[in-house]
Amino acid sequence: MFETNKLKLFAPPMDNKMGLENAGDVSGPVKEEKRQEPLPSLAIEIKNLAFYYGANIALKNISMSILRNRITAFIGPSGCGKSTLLRCLNRMNDLVDEARMEGLVRVGGIDTNDPKLDISSLRKRVGMVFQKVNPFPKTIYENVAYGPRIHGMKSSPELDRTVERSLKDVALWDEVKDRLHESALRLSGGQQQRLCIARAIAVEPSVLLMDEPCSALDPIATAKIEELMVTLKKNYTIVIVTHNMQQAARVADFTGFLLLGELVEFGPTERIFTKPRKQKTEDYITGRFG
Amino acid sequence: MARHARHLEREIEKLKNKILSLGTMVEESIQKSVKSLTERNSSLGLKVIDSDIAIDDMEVEVEEDCLKILALHQPVANDLRLIVAILKINNDLERIGDLAVNIAERAVFLATQDKIEIPEDFSQMVRKTQVMLKGSLDALVNGDSVLAREICAADDEVDEINRKMYVHIGKNMRVQPEKLDCFIHLLSASRYLERVADHATNIAEDVIYLVEGDIIRHRRIMKDAAEGEA
Repeated sequence: MFETNKLKLFAPPMDNKMGLENAGDVSGPVKEEKRQEPLPSLAIEIKNLAFYYGANIALKNISMSILRNRITAFIGPSGCGKSTLLRCLNRMNDLVDEARMEGLVRVGGIDTNDPKLDISSLRKRVGMVFQKVNPFPKTIYENVAYGPRIHGMKSSPELDRTVERSLKDVALWDEVKDRLHESALRLSGGQQQRLCIARAIAVEPSVLLMDEPCSALDPIATAKIEELMVTLKKNYTIVIVTHNMQQAARVADFTGFLLLGELVEFGPTERIFTKPRKQKTEDYITGRFG
Repeated sequence: MARHARHLEREIEKLKNKILSLGTMVEESIQKSVKSLTERNSSLGLKVIDSDIAIDDMEVEVEEDCLKILALHQPVANDLRLIVAILKINNDLERIGDLAVNIAERAVFLATQDKIEIPEDFSQMVRKTQVMLKGSLDALVNGDSVLAREICAADDEVDEINRKMYVHIGKNMRVQPEKLDCFIHLLSASRYLERVADHATNIAEDVIYLVEGDIIRHRRIMKDAAEGEA
């Protein structure tokens, strides 16, 4: 069954580079591990949110708190309102005619419905990545530099640094550093999606919204994006909508289940997938829905 | 998705049937092993020893089915708890099968020796252990965590009878030292029955996890320790 008769399950302790480098150094990671992690603060607060498309109600009475530096996933069947909820967080729904929102959405303490709020500053704060991979038909460099430039960054060295940092953050730099001025459209689907994430984080948002970011990608590219999400949460609050429940289970710290515009259950992902409190959640995640 | 669910449900139904068959096989083994001991019937004891192969085979089959479901269907929530509970219950049932063999071996030996007195406590222990084992499987079938809790509580009674057996047989050993070997074998059988009750308790604890999602194992020990400190 296996190519060798030994299956290497555990790396020998001496292979642990961290352990060797820090041998005898008490100020290293050992000490850090003991330090209790501070509770993350609130990134987004949603209170009694309702959303209408004309006469149709898409979201009913949603209240939830989304924590900073955590990944929160919304799951639910098609049409349950999960993408609408995601788009309420940076007012992308404004682009839809006859759309109307009630209730409160606060991002970093700022009311997103405040009439005095500058929408472009909100969207700088709350970046977004879409299901359909959508790089601009420009060079790789220009895709990433676009955001910082329109937000006023003019100096070339500063733009170069931002492009490099953003591409490094999405683990794309090594793959593209020698062809930054080639068209982004020549990258593979997975690379293009990572480029879109780099473009979103180039303006240093605090929140990153991802609407089905892997649904057009193969399993390897999906795994890379998932790995990336886990890395990025150190610096960003990530909210993801996904049809793939296993993806939510793998990456999200918190999961919300929506059905017919209502938030049926919201809690730690581990609890949702081992011991959901609501029968509807149980039926959906075990595939016995409908 | 619904189609996928039906497929998983079919696999789970098959698995449930297998674990229940295994449960029945093990119950029969225990019943026959104690009967062979109390009735000094060595041929019945030998049958128990022979039938253990079928129990072992079934245990492997159930485990393979669980692993297949985990790998292919990635179950969650109650499905996940069911598969995990069955994996563990499977192990307990196989161990009970081994204990039935151990009892049968003692029975085969005792049948070749002069008859010794089997204390009433032993018969009581047999009854209680069999009720616990049957109850733990009924709790599994019906998803009955109330019954499962009763099983867990009953384990203390079996432990108590086992202690009485130790005292009683100790006395008999001093009175009839020439039958020492027989008494040692009987005492071992009592100890094996007590272990069967422990495994039935494990099964009941897994049923509580399956139904309620909480791992209750070792809680009582922790509670006792906390009370001891206070």
